[in-house]
Amino acid sequence: MRIPFRAGLLGLSLAVLSLPAGAAEKLQVVASITVLADIAKQVGGDNVEVRSLVGPNGDAHVYEPTPQDAQAVTKAGLVVVNGLELEGWMDRLVAASGSKATIVVATQGVPTRKMDEDGQEITDPHAWNSAANGAIYAANIAKALAAADPAHAAAYQANGAKYEAELKALDAWARSEVATIPQAKRKVITSHDAFGYLGAAYDIEFHAPVGFSTESEASAGDIAKLIDQIKQEHIKAVFIENATDPRLVQQVAKASGAEMGGELYAEALSTADGPASTYAKMFQYNISSLVAGMKQN
Amino acid sequence: MTAVWDFLVTPFLDYAFMQRALVACLALSLGCGPVGVLLVLRRMSLVGDAMSHAVLPGAAVGFLVSGLSLWSMGLGGLIAGLAVALLAGAVTRVTALREDASFAAFYLIALAAGVLIVSTRGSNVDLMHVLFGTILAVDDAALLLMAGIATVTLIALALLYRPLVVECFDPGYLRMVGGVGAMVHFAFLMLVVLNLVGGFQALGTLMVVGLMMLPAAAAKFWSRSLWSLFAWAAGLALLSGYSGLLVSYHGSLPSGPSIVLTAGGFYLLSLIFGTHDSLRARYLPTAHFAH
Repeated sequence: MRIPFRAGLLGLSLAVLSLPAGAAEKLQVVASITVLADIAKQVGGDNVEVRSLVGPNGDAHVYEPTPQDAQAVTKAGLVVVNGLELEGWMDRLVAASGSKATIVVATQGVPTRKMDEDGQEITDPHAWNSAANGAIYAANIAKALAAADPAHAAAYQANGAKYEAELKALDAWARSEVATIPQAKRKVITSHDAFGYLGAAYDIEFHAPVGFSTESEASAGDIAKLIDQIKQEHIKAVFIENATDPRLVQQVAKASGAEMGGELYAEALSTADGPASTYAKMFQYNISSLVAGMKQN
Repeated sequence: MTAVWDFLVTPFLDYAFMQRALVACLALSLGCGPVGVLLVLRRMSLVGDAMSHAVLPGAAVGFLVSGLSLWSMGLGGLIAGLAVALLAGAVTRVTALREDASFAAFYLIALAAGVLIVSTRGSNVDLMHVLFGTILAVDDAALLLMAGIATVTLIALALLYRPLVVECFDPGYLRMVGGVGAMVHFAFLMLVVLNLVGGFQALGTLMVVGLMMLPAAAAKFWSRSLWSLFAWAAGLALLSGYSGLLVSYHGSLPSGPSIVLTAGGFYLLSLIFGTHDSLRARYLPTAHFAH
């Protein structure tokens, strides 16, 4: 009698203990962009529900929040932002929504690089395009998830460590892939200047017809210089970024005899059926496309 | 001499995209110049600007249906623009509301519908970038489209020349003699929409409306007869396009604003030095051009 009773009691107390956790809603996480949302999903697993404010193939530079977005931020237990002034609208959105959520800046501890934009030195926000930085993002997000939802802290830490290792492996893979291309041939043209970190990490030179932001309009002089440059340096790898006007790049490629290398995913993941539905897939896809393109140079 | 040649001509010889841009300017000037003159004469100068917003819902629907396709977006824009033009024109003809008011009403409705359609799809792609092109990225399809539109415009204007002249100077007359006036008016609005839609996609909003209205307004200072107003407007538009491209090339400045600002410069020069009703003609008594 005693043993079953105790077992029953234990079972009951376990059930009571697990009740609040089971009944409580999953931790609501709001991320500014799809890349961050995916990292949060990978680390959080089934314990979190993640929403990205800027959707797949969207452009974070020109995003406008909707009331649903503000509502999601209000309900969120954790808000994930990239920082480095990528999402200028985020601070205002969080303040306006009256949210009490913790805000985690995913780029904390990332070695940043400066870039020249119209003569001004600004910090390049597109740090996730290096997988080594992605691993730092994952560690930051795992730590923040554990703090926001201590009941599942162990799971977050374990998932985080696993995912971090996966990203570091991707980083090593990318290095070995790029190493197959001779140094002199590692040159690429894209329509968006968001690959500064990728270029620095894996030793690839990127040239762009339009400036750093998707907002600036191209000038005839710049385009002419770019066409000359492609011709002189024999760059055949030309890529279109998925959130800007591809027509300009097509014209440049046509005028200079370069070949179109397809689409790269610089700032946003693709939709679920696309080739870059997760951050890891996006990185892999970008590296494979770049390497295939540079082989033509 | 070679320096001047290098400055003025070589950019267009060296680069295919400069040639395309220039040809695009030519097509745009031939179609939009005369249409702009008629808009100015009919006191509808702001209609072009209103129409640039009115085509948005149609172009957006076209984009959502079949992606970045010149034809489906153009067709959508054309339908939306025509709907706004026809509704506004019809309201003006059957009610007491003036044309500018009904245009404002309908283009605002269309603009709001466009923004709504775009945002329901949840994509935050900058639609102005996607829907409206730049003159530096004109491809064969866009060139053919613009050349076709310029041709249609010129033929239509030749056919409608008489009634248009009458309508311009006495809108009541044709209405009195029958329904021809309304038809001519709608045909003209159709030409406006056609030119704007074709131009937006190929070149961007600012470019088309700018090259339509500024040379037309400038032409008024140089001529009186409709025929030569057309010629002045088209010529000034082409000259603005050419000079603007050179400015954009040599100064590394954005091409759309360069071209439109050049056109604006020609307008100011015309305002001051023109032969008809310009500041000089009015206030300098020694000028022989003054009437």
